[in-house]
Amino acid sequence: MSAQSLRKRKSALADPVRQLEYLAGGMFADGELPTFKEKLKKHGMDHLRPGTLEILQINLGYMCNQVCEHCHVDAGPDRKEIMTRETMEQCLEVLRTTGAHTLDLTGGAPEMNPDFRWFVEQAYAIGVKDLIVRSNLTILNANKKYYDLPEFFKAHNVHVVSSMPHWTRGKTDRQRGSGVFDRSIQALKVLNSVGYGVPDSDLQLDLVYNPAGAFLPAGQQDLEKEFKKALLEDFGIHFNQLFTITNLPISRFLEYLIASENYEDYMYSLVEAFNPAAATNVMCTNTISVGWDGYLYDCDFNQMLDLKVDHSLKHISEYREDLLADRNIIISQHCYGCTAGAGSSCQGTLA
Amino acid sequence: MSKSYYDPADLRKFGSITEWSEELGEKFFEYYNKVFEEGALSPREKSLIALAVAHVRQCPYCIDAYTKDGLQRGITKEEMMEAVHVGAAIESGATLVHGVQMMNKYKKLSM
Repeated sequence: MSAQSLRKRKSALADPVRQLEYLAGGMFADGELPTFKEKLKKHGMDHLRPGTLEILQINLGYMCNQVCEHCHVDAGPDRKEIMTRETMEQCLEVLRTTGAHTLDLTGGAPEMNPDFRWFVEQAYAIGVKDLIVRSNLTILNANKKYYDLPEFFKAHNVHVVSSMPHWTRGKTDRQRGSGVFDRSIQALKVLNSVGYGVPDSDLQLDLVYNPAGAFLPAGQQDLEKEFKKALLEDFGIHFNQLFTITNLPISRFLEYLIASENYEDYMYSLVEAFNPAAATNVMCTNTISVGWDGYLYDCDFNQMLDLKVDHSLKHISEYREDLLADRNIIISQHCYGCTAGAGSSCQGTLA
Repeated sequence: MSKSYYDPADLRKFGSITEWSEELGEKFFEYYNKVFEEGALSPREKSLIALAVAHVRQCPYCIDAYTKDGLQRGITKEEMMEAVHVGAAIESGATLVHGVQMMNKYKKLSM
């Protein structure tokens, strides 16, 4: 595990401009592999364009109690970027005035934002259909002040989506840090005990799997079967669905790919696995990503690359769905991560 | 031209064998892909068999390919190593069972 974020270590790759340069260079600059733009064009797509807004994905801040090896946010305890209540108010206004049916709260550890509970209460009062909190699990037992979160989630019908890279301790701890597996299992048991993920309950508990290394996820259904069997047999744990997510070559995962000399092979794998059906369904077509400071992005990955939406309206305070629909989604080679194989999104596979 | 007979980068060029014999190349890959589809055996079981055979055949490309394939399928390193031992056991068994032939011949030739 990297003990510190790229930013804390003052790594050159902490700068999104450097990451974008890296992604544009090498095999993509000399024509050995097609750029994402060229690949889309070959399949008759000049641009990716947004459709109707369905999901408002909000990054409540980059602070996290974990420092995961693969984190695309470069989150960690040293990150102080946190969304204010004023910006949250502006997000709630968009929820009230658009047809977005899903609110997807992420981070960092979104629970560490001091206004997190207030925000969930307000969104619940508005009546958003699917209120997702992306929880890293260990936050639920990190500190006494978080112990009652499972009950809080239940009271507000929160849909909990949690990361779980493997059903074995070794793989989980190598990706997410020592002791993370046992603490995640403990948190899952607490969530099950209040009714999350158990048979005949409406309380949704989904798990997210992203590979612990330089390889792509295999079939979502097959992996779900393996996860369900192992977690039930070994720990008596239930959950609803498994979402497989491909690691995108940015931030700390990009650093890992370069340092382990896997970058070229990984990019080859992504390009070879390009699936046009996944490309037409990528999440940037129905999602808008809001940064901790209220700026708008096509997705959480573009947010981390500091690629704000290609439009004169760039902030949640000036959000207009009708106007923002008239824009092209900003793409680079990292986008191959969402179009590989069965596709990848925050809701799992696409095609 | 590479100075070594095996270049890891050649694995991703495997598909290019079709360029010099399109019909046979395509038939081979069609067959290959069909073999690994879900059938009476799961793709996961097939992946472990492929890994064991890759070791017995000592094909570096196949070892790279099916180690990665196993990782993608969530196959653990313990499962992978057991599969390699299955291959090794059959290989050494195949050597040792010929010992019976040696014993037979020895007995026949000896007074």
